[in-house]
Amino acid sequence: MTNTFILASLIEPAVGLIFWTTITFILLLVLLGKFAWKPILSAIKTREKGIEDALASAETALKDMRELKSNNEKTLAEARAERDNLLKEARDTKDAIIAEAKAKSQTEADRIMSSAREQITNEKNAAIAELKNQVATLSIEIAEKILRSELSSDEKQKALVSNLMKDVNLN
Amino acid sequence: MFFLKLLNFWQFISTFAPENKSLNHLLRVMTNKINIFKKFSGVALAVFALFLVLSSNLSADENPSVGEEIHADGTIEPLPEEAKGSIDISAIAIEHVSDAHSWHFWGEGHHSVSAPLPIILKGNNGIAFFMSSEFDHDNEGKVIVEKNGERFVMFEEKIYYANETPNAYGQYVTLTSEDKEVSVSNAAVLDFSITKNVTQMFLSVLLLVWLFTSIAKTYKTQGVTSAPKGKQSFFEPLIVFVRDDIAKGNIGHCSDKYVPYLLTVFFMILVNNVFGMIPIGANLTGNIAFTLVLSVATMIVTNINGNKNYWSHIFLPHAPKAIWPILIPIEVVGILTKPFALMMRLFANMTAGHIIIVSLVGLIFVFKTIYIAPVSVAFALFIDVLECLVAFLQAYVFTMLTALFIGSAVADHNEDGMHTEDDEKLVAGH
Repeated sequence: MTNTFILASLIEPAVGLIFWTTITFILLLVLLGKFAWKPILSAIKTREKGIEDALASAETALKDMRELKSNNEKTLAEARAERDNLLKEARDTKDAIIAEAKAKSQTEADRIMSSAREQITNEKNAAIAELKNQVATLSIEIAEKILRSELSSDEKQKALVSNLMKDVNLN
Repeated sequence: MFFLKLLNFWQFISTFAPENKSLNHLLRVMTNKINIFKKFSGVALAVFALFLVLSSNLSADENPSVGEEIHADGTIEPLPEEAKGSIDISAIAIEHVSDAHSWHFWGEGHHSVSAPLPIILKGNNGIAFFMSSEFDHDNEGKVIVEKNGERFVMFEEKIYYANETPNAYGQYVTLTSEDKEVSVSNAAVLDFSITKNVTQMFLSVLLLVWLFTSIAKTYKTQGVTSAPKGKQSFFEPLIVFVRDDIAKGNIGHCSDKYVPYLLTVFFMILVNNVFGMIPIGANLTGNIAFTLVLSVATMIVTNINGNKNYWSHIFLPHAPKAIWPILIPIEVVGILTKPFALMMRLFANMTAGHIIIVSLVGLIFVFKTIYIAPVSVAFALFIDVLECLVAFLQAYVFTMLTALFIGSAVADHNEDGMHTEDDEKLVAGH
């Protein structure tokens, strides 16, 4: 047959095919829309949302971890500082206690020493005073005895007076 | 001859290219790609052109006529058997891309191996139902099938009411021809047959429903947290591509509503494009009735979702009222030309690919030498590989343009970058 005849049939839409295509296409649209696209698209969306959420939560977790780490470091540094502080304080306290004890013992020692010295002085003075008293008593007794012996006779009395008188003249 | 026709056809189609920024962008991208493609295949094309010139000359010398002779009185006489040595490749090519009432595998005439398909006819006396095998491989109006008291014959894959008596060649149809154009004057029967294309469409629907419901089931059984496997891992990226790049990219924030439609269109076209690539497959997506239904569906979806801006752009265009009488009809015609271009684009692309392959193989029979076979096979292989790309590309383009048309119909005016300049001018003018 000549080409034109068949060519015309190529560009001329067949009623039967239009009919069946329309029915089939609508059917396909309904079937796939209900049983395929709806679950598939929702599943894909759910998964995408899941991935998004997972990424976001991972990001948050990372941030949290970083924060925690820096917190930890901070706490550690604080603890270290605290420890140093404590040690220093303890050392200071120890030093202070030692120094205080030293000072206390020094003053006590000083006090004891001074009281001892005072006591010694007192004792010494008392002893000196006693000694003086005794010396005085002795001297008086001696002087009494001398006097008694000197003035035991008249001549001796006269000699004494004349002696004393001699001194006065000389003066 | 049909190459020229095809060329004219393309020019005809290109006049309908819608004025649209995104489309222009697409065309520019495609032109760039074609330029790159040209660079590599320039030499190959030159060789091919040479062969074409040679083939036309040779065939002109060898076969002054094809198959049959048309007499001055309008009757057609088949040439004697010995004169039928040459083959009318164009007729074979056209037949190859056309619909058929039986699924032909191989062989000629009574020796052909084909699967019979149901024929459903709406005659004057009700619906007739029988298998195509009852025509006994006849396609020339010679075998009559009688149902419901009505007599049917098939001529060139079209079913007519048979004449009472056969003509000189045993045909029960009245043929008239003028200027090489043959027409049948018998009344055609309303034909709702399950043709080859319809059968393939049913098969593709079964495949699609099975495929995607089983994928949907996988999501249900394996949960959404596990990585996609098997079919799922191949189709999920395509689904996501249609959803994000095609739907969201062209429609915008309210795209979710249209995603199921776009997905259905995309996979329906893709699967049938791929089926068409199989040698015995039917050329469904290269059939104008199929593309017509799809583009009408797109037109309906676009227009019932068209918002105030869409309609005001058509009936109250931003232009001086004086040119409204010109502009409004153009815009109204634009409602039709957009889906028309969709219909033609898919049909012509798929059909042209199939015709080129048949023609390349046909070169062997035109030259009647086996030495042309390597060239034919090489070029046919090249076109075949190209067609694999086109199968995906045309499914993408159809879906993308559908999304684009829907997008332009539902877009808010402020979002529509195309008109903001005009709006500003209008505001300034007021």
